[in-house]
Amino acid sequence: MIHSLFLVNSSGDIFLEKHWKSVVSRSVCDYFFEAQERASEPENVPPVIPTPHHYLISVLRHRIYFVAVIQSEVPPLFVIEFLHRVVDTFQDYFGVCTEAAIKDNVVVVYELLEEMLDNGFPLATESNILKELIKPPTILRTVVNTITGSTNVGEQLPTGQLSVVPWRRTGVKYTNNEAYFDVVEEIDAIIDKSGSTITAEIQGVIDACVKLTGMPDLTLSFMNPRLLDDVSFHPCVRFKRWEAERILSFIPPDGNFRLLSYHVSCQNLVAIPVYVKHNITFREGSSQGRFELTLGPKQTMGKGLEAVLISSQLPRGVLNTNLNPSQGTYNFDPVTKLLSWDVGKINPQKLPSLKGSMSLQAGASKPDENPTINIQFKIQQSALSGLKVNRLDMYGEKYKPFKGIKYMTKAGKFQTKGLLRGRAWDLKN
Amino acid sequence: MTDSKYFTTTKKGEIFELKAELNSDKKEKKKEAVKKVIASMTVGKDVSALFPDVVNCMQTDNLELKKLVYLYLMNYAKSQPDMAIMAVNTFVKDCEDPNPLIRALAVRTMGCIRVDKITEYLCEPLRKCLKDEDPYVRKTAAVCVAKLHDINAQLVEDQGFLDTLKDLISDSNPMVVANAVAALSEIAESHPNSNLLDLNPQSINKLLTALNECTEWGQIFILDCLANYTPRDDRESQSICERVTPRLSHANSAVVLSAVKVLMKFMEMLPKDLDYYGTLLKKLAPPLVTLLSAEPELQYVALRNINLIVQKRPEILKHEMKVFFVKYNDPIYVKLEKLDIMIRLASQANIAQVLAELKEYATEVDVDFVRKAVRAIGRCAIKVEQSAERCVSTLLDLIQTKVNYVVQEAIVVIKDIFRKYPNKYESVIATLCENLDSLDEPEARAAMIWIVGEYAERIDNADELLESFLEGFHDESTQVQLQLLTAIVKLFLKKPTETQELVQQVLSLATQDSDNPDLRDRGYIYWRLLSTDPVAAKEVVLAEKPLISEETDLIEPTLLEELICHIGTLASVYHKPPSAFVEGSRGVMHKRLPARTGSGEGTECPDVGNAAGGSAPEAAPSIIPSQGDLLGDLLNLDLPAVLLPLMGAGFGAAPAVMPASLNAPVGGGLGDLFDLGGGVGMPMGAYIPPKTVWLPAMKAKGLEISGTFARRAGVIQMELVLTNKAMSVMTDFAIQFNRNSFGLAPAGPLQVLTPLGPNQTIEVSLPLSTVGPVMKMDPLNNLQVAVKNNIDVFYFSCQYPISMLFVEDGKMERQVFLATWKDIPNDNESQFQIQDCHLNSEAASNKLQGSNIFTIAKRTVEGQDMLYMSIKLSNGIWVLAELKVQAGNPNYTISLKCRAPEVSQCVFQCYEAVLKN
Repeated sequence: MIHSLFLVNSSGDIFLEKHWKSVVSRSVCDYFFEAQERASEPENVPPVIPTPHHYLISVLRHRIYFVAVIQSEVPPLFVIEFLHRVVDTFQDYFGVCTEAAIKDNVVVVYELLEEMLDNGFPLATESNILKELIKPPTILRTVVNTITGSTNVGEQLPTGQLSVVPWRRTGVKYTNNEAYFDVVEEIDAIIDKSGSTITAEIQGVIDACVKLTGMPDLTLSFMNPRLLDDVSFHPCVRFKRWEAERILSFIPPDGNFRLLSYHVSCQNLVAIPVYVKHNITFREGSSQGRFELTLGPKQTMGKGLEAVLISSQLPRGVLNTNLNPSQGTYNFDPVTKLLSWDVGKINPQKLPSLKGSMSLQAGASKPDENPTINIQFKIQQSALSGLKVNRLDMYGEKYKPFKGIKYMTKAGKFQTKGLLRGRAWDLKN
Repeated sequence: MTDSKYFTTTKKGEIFELKAELNSDKKEKKKEAVKKVIASMTVGKDVSALFPDVVNCMQTDNLELKKLVYLYLMNYAKSQPDMAIMAVNTFVKDCEDPNPLIRALAVRTMGCIRVDKITEYLCEPLRKCLKDEDPYVRKTAAVCVAKLHDINAQLVEDQGFLDTLKDLISDSNPMVVANAVAALSEIAESHPNSNLLDLNPQSINKLLTALNECTEWGQIFILDCLANYTPRDDRESQSICERVTPRLSHANSAVVLSAVKVLMKFMEMLPKDLDYYGTLLKKLAPPLVTLLSAEPELQYVALRNINLIVQKRPEILKHEMKVFFVKYNDPIYVKLEKLDIMIRLASQANIAQVLAELKEYATEVDVDFVRKAVRAIGRCAIKVEQSAERCVSTLLDLIQTKVNYVVQEAIVVIKDIFRKYPNKYESVIATLCENLDSLDEPEARAAMIWIVGEYAERIDNADELLESFLEGFHDESTQVQLQLLTAIVKLFLKKPTETQELVQQVLSLATQDSDNPDLRDRGYIYWRLLSTDPVAAKEVVLAEKPLISEETDLIEPTLLEELICHIGTLASVYHKPPSAFVEGSRGVMHKRLPARTGSGEGTECPDVGNAAGGSAPEAAPSIIPSQGDLLGDLLNLDLPAVLLPLMGAGFGAAPAVMPASLNAPVGGGLGDLFDLGGGVGMPMGAYIPPKTVWLPAMKAKGLEISGTFARRAGVIQMELVLTNKAMSVMTDFAIQFNRNSFGLAPAGPLQVLTPLGPNQTIEVSLPLSTVGPVMKMDPLNNLQVAVKNNIDVFYFSCQYPISMLFVEDGKMERQVFLATWKDIPNDNESQFQIQDCHLNSEAASNKLQGSNIFTIAKRTVEGQDMLYMSIKLSNGIWVLAELKVQAGNPNYTISLKCRAPEVSQCVFQCYEAVLKN
């Protein structure tokens, strides 16, 4: 099971360590640092690193490496999932998960880690149980504690700990009872240079914010539940009911939680909401290159594209660019060779474009790499897959809650493969 | 106001100040001080000097303060054991506290204090907590047993905590069940032979019920435990699968993967024509795809596992090729894994798409990735025959880019394509030759030289090309030198007239100027071949080479089966069996997939678990290539490469432990070894079977090997007689064993110091150790051996008498014997008859003692002598025996009892051999 945990910041300092069994010397992290040095980018550090006596399993979040040390056979996914839970808990408690926040709350962090794992076995990882055991720090509570000498450690056994619904505490009370659901879809796509789709898939989630009194029992049904054939549920969802009737029936946790995540694969024909036309050319024997890029909306179901952001890693040989955006602002970093263009909203009547020239290192050979164009965008009030909630009902409680459903589509990893023209072998053909 | 204030120090000395504050009268100040101490501890500062002061704060009603002090105690108790004892009273008192939170906290903390003196006091409170009325306390106590076991295993067994823990599996609370399972699994890991998790249909049912109600972590423990169970028949298998399937939709990816493991294993038992089988296959794909949309670290682990799954059951993901396409901003470790899976899924149907992708990847920035993409194109060509032409033209396009590393990588793979499809794509050689000068990596140079040599007759200036390489011969790496030597000899055999000078030159470079023995030896072989019999030389050097296939990079089937049973574990990430690398697990169970059985036959067998696994004979894949394959390859491939599959496992410090879950029953086959007997064994010493011929000379190019095994003064020895029946001198002997049931491995090199001349014989004794890699063989005592000399590598297999594994300290205490005899289930008992043995019981006992079979007690009942004996194998397995000797009756009856009943047959053979010689 999990033996120890080290937190390492981006400059390679261990700023927190916690051991659940015997103490493991922090020199074990040297193997991690070696791997870190070998990796070209921070995110390229391999997640599982063997050392002579231990295994190091790490995740990188918020520019902090969470390095777990294990000694015997443990499912690595188990460790990684647990580390994610630690990150989520910190974020939940301190608002942000940064080195400063952790250092500022080091004792709470320590108490939390002790509560989350016992002898390497997860103990309490549900946010609402933890919050009953250890109160999250707030300015008010700190002041009150200092004056009254009371503590931020709960003295009672959390009620959820052993109940059949461990995710919900009892005795919840609100004056305004409300339940909001956000259907958020991210589209991942790879488009080839001719504009046809190589792969496209949708990762969707339904995030909920439920503030309801008592023990409400909710059901959520969809207009088109057939879309959801690949889903992961929060433990509160009754799986049998879903299997039989395609209805989500559940007693919700209190507060924010992810009700389900789903995946719509490329087979189910994902509509591509945006297109990019681009042309990057270098001429043989000249130190100038042309750059042209235009983009426009495709199938957006009548909704506008917002917060559009284009970025692309230009070839190493490019010294600088001189481009004109028809709207928005663009920026080229000559060191990292990263071109970014903040387009903003797209007006279908007047398509945005970015045109101009690039200067190359004199005498250098033609760049070989193909620049890939990354596109980010948002579409409000629409879920690209077409998923629609039919109705939300509440049982078990008497009051009438406020209900709300919001839809949104975002670009995830949305990329268009580039094409460099004027390469030696293209010219020959 | 934040905790960072705890890190500020003053000039006077931090420890001094803290001491003062800890002893303050004000509660609030005390708490602040303890917080400061904890803060220092978290950053690795040594604050152990404050131990007495902190422990003084323990007696308090304030829960936060109590928790903080406990935190401190856990960290430092080990360094201050005498002081830590002061805390015991408070712990014991807290274990009686009315608040369950405090009871649980106390028992939890006590378990973390790794001080022997304290653990003694822990037993009583722990016993109470294991039966506490509050499930929260019970579940905490369950984990505490595992902690205690880690500190003092004997104590846990003596106190009977293991039984209490087993009872908790039937607890009414699912969380308690899950924790009990987790604790038992952890304990079982260090106790390979104990039947701690003795699963039967009733307990399985309880686990499945708890599975639905416990936390996500508990589900992982339960699923991993379920995966160790072998269902009785396909019906039970199906019903478990049905109840596990809903876990595939869990948000926690570790739950999903553990469920996949259970399903992959149990599916093996379902008949393929069953409708449910198809449904299950369909259900497995979506969750695996979903794992790929998670964070990159999760993706990595998932991909390593998917790699195994697509090798075992390619049908699951055959339509999902696109999800493995690489994204530009994937971390490199994800990219490389995706690439690997793309090749495994490549088929005629999707090859066009795959190739287009791979071509894109070959123009990316990351060098490692680009190289692997180019190699992937080559592997596609080899795997999908219809695509070979497109692959070759894609590779040619890439060569035209003139990007140095792309070109070199392309040439290496084109060489493989030539070997797969001879006489098909040689038209591209001209293009390859254009790039000769730019090659600076040994592998690419060697590949190019191989191509030139192989197709020398079609390349007009082959001699010039090879000559140009020859100029810097001594600066080349061995790989290139060897290749160059072979290529020039090939050239000479094809165009003898023009290249005589060249071949002379390379032979003298190789044999006279080189320090490398491999190179010299190869040079001499060629030289002698060419000078004595050029026709034979032609036959050898230009022999047709075996075609290569895509199987070369597949995981060996037995290993794959084992890895499938370990889906989701570190073993699956490293693609190695757990025995190869996990430290601390003294005994590793070798898991195997269950065999398919009909529901009818399974129930008839008394020992259902084992019988179900073993009833179908499994085709054991041969790891050692057959002699014929090697011959053709001899001169073109380096010997190490041939030996690789055999030695690959290396000599890691894998513990030699008999696989506890042996499935296949041990067949006969021992008989022939002993039937050959008739030689004289030493009357009172250990029994040594007579030498037999293991490798006849005609099978090994003149080398004859015979031998036997002996145990002398506690050392196992392999006694070999090597006879050279060939005309030339033999040198450079080396020996290597394949993995075997008891981890036998040479403890040193084969000591043949002088060359073995024609018609000479030499006797060598090779000491053996039992710490080599373990793999179950059939028959159990089978040993596969490779012997190498300057001529070739030879393989043979032999069987050793298991008696040489009987260790000297195999005499059991009487009481222990009695208890163990009772403890081993009757199913594990086997009875044999030894006929025509004319020894009295005294003589038999003496004789057996010589082979480390110890008589512990003797009883005479109605003229019948009953001898009770014990044997201990080198891997710690005990075998207990009861021998019945009746005066005047030459037939003995022997009963053997052992926790690993598979060895009984072998042990019986030994009895027979020892008593009759």
